[in-house]
Amino acid sequence: MGFEFKYIVESIPSLLAGAKLTWYITILGIVGGLALGTVAGLFRLAGTSAVGGESHGIFRIVSYVGQKFAVGYIELIRGTPIIVQAMFIYFALPMLIEVAFGVKGIRFNALTAAVITIILNAGAYMAEIVRGSVQSVNKGLVEAGMAMGISRLQLISSIIAPIAFKRAIPPLGNQFIISLKDTSLFIVIGVGELTRQGQEIMASNFRALEIWSAVAVCYLIMTSVLALSLKFIEKRMKTV
Amino acid sequence: MNPVIEFKKVNKSFGKTEVLHDINLTIGKKEVVVVVGPSGSGKSTMLRCINGLEMITSGELIVNDICLPRQKRQIREIRKEVGMVFQLFYLFPHMTARENIAFGPKKVRGASKAEANDLAEDLLKKVGLSDRGDFYPSALSGGQQQRVAIARAMSVKPKIMLFDEPTSALDPELREEVLNVMTAVAREGITMVVVTHEMSFASKAGSRLLFMDEGRIAEDGDPEILLKSPSTERLKDFLQHVGY
Ligand SMILES: Nc1ncnc2c1ncn2[C@@H]1O[C@H](COP(=O)(O)OP(=O)(O)OP(=O)(O)O)[C@@H](O)[C@H]1O
Ligand SMILES: [Mg+2]
Repeated sequence: MGFEFKYIVESIPSLLAGAKLTWYITILGIVGGLALGTVAGLFRLAGTSAVGGESHGIFRIVSYVGQKFAVGYIELIRGTPIIVQAMFIYFALPMLIEVAFGVKGIRFNALTAAVITIILNAGAYMAEIVRGSVQSVNKGLVEAGMAMGISRLQLISSIIAPIAFKRAIPPLGNQFIISLKDTSLFIVIGVGELTRQGQEIMASNFRALEIWSAVAVCYLIMTSVLALSLKFIEKRMKTV
Repeated sequence: MNPVIEFKKVNKSFGKTEVLHDINLTIGKKEVVVVVGPSGSGKSTMLRCINGLEMITSGELIVNDICLPRQKRQIREIRKEVGMVFQLFYLFPHMTARENIAFGPKKVRGASKAEANDLAEDLLKKVGLSDRGDFYPSALSGGQQQRVAIARAMSVKPKIMLFDEPTSALDPELREEVLNVMTAVAREGITMVVVTHEMSFASKAGSRLLFMDEGRIAEDGDPEILLKSPSTERLKDFLQHVGY
């Protein structure tokens, strides 16, 4: 029983279908996670000198509450395994909704649960990346911006974000790749992504060597695409 | 004389350390106030209180008719009228020299892109850097960066300009070009408060000299007179120390 390519060739259509789903979950996870992570990361810093110091009136309350929420969310996600998060959202959340709000029969399909999980999970780690990169912006530059009398939103969008973003690219790229690989864990809630496809083919023909090699290569290709696109973006930003 | 900056019994502490003690000071229009004093005497802190980068702990500070801390929500209105130049320049690294200067007019004064760029061009010329508009800060010398920073602070046509040791980070041969620009600003009649160790600037361009010591204004008077015949030992020692 040597290494027989024909089993790989046979499995290509299923593996491609799985890879497509993996890619789909990952892209939604990255985009959603970035949005969530940016908001959570900025709220995590609300009221600190890194984003222009304390605010007043209603904004002060908003930033205080927002900060508590952000901290809670980040700690919750970082302190639990992603498999547990997926299980919770897929199986337990519908029950929680029923108990808490008396609404019956709300249930996500496995794919939706997977996408929600990956967004929530990536968002928390990206929030920490956003926080770190914003905090790394020279305090003097932030003060130079503040001293001009611009609004907090202008300060963040025109000065802090462009400088912080450049620094966030390498760790964000890292997180993108981690999130892509994390999608393989959704095998536990029955999403037909790449790992699951591999597992199913393997179960029917028992060609572990060929199939898991092929699966690994598929992952490698996808992670390389992510890494290369980030390299490209980083290079283009090096002009400043 | 209409005061534009007025300290009334101002105290400032960081935690338990009181850094400014009972500061009373009135600065009128077009005054060029030079502030000197030993390290840690509170010069930077006093300057940073004026545009609210530090909030005073007690007393009142009236800047351009806005009273701190009572009206601290209007801090942006103060900042729009107060330009600041820092020791380490702090030009925005992701913008060219021209973009750094055009930023304020666009964001703070609502100027169009063309208006802001024209203004930036004028200011670049004024600080002698017409040919450096497209350069990023990292490609400029320290003296050039500081001149761009002065142009950036002037770009919104502020009523007051604050300078915190603008030449201290520069090699001696680059200081002159920055001091010349500052002297030109002083001639335009903008109210200036300048923390510096450049006594030549104090005597040439200054209209008033403050000597700060341990969080207090120890001397306040005409630069010519104070520098020629310092009335206290502390000031005499200090002037000797900075090599004047
Ligand atoms: N953010 C801060 N937190 C705590 N203490 C501070 C802070 N900023 C300044 N201080 C303290 O306040 C005192 C006055 O500082 P300040 O920077 O105003 O002095 P300075 O006269 O500008 O000195 P230098 O000539 O060295 O710039 C110092 O003892 C300093 O340690
Ligand atoms: Mg200082």
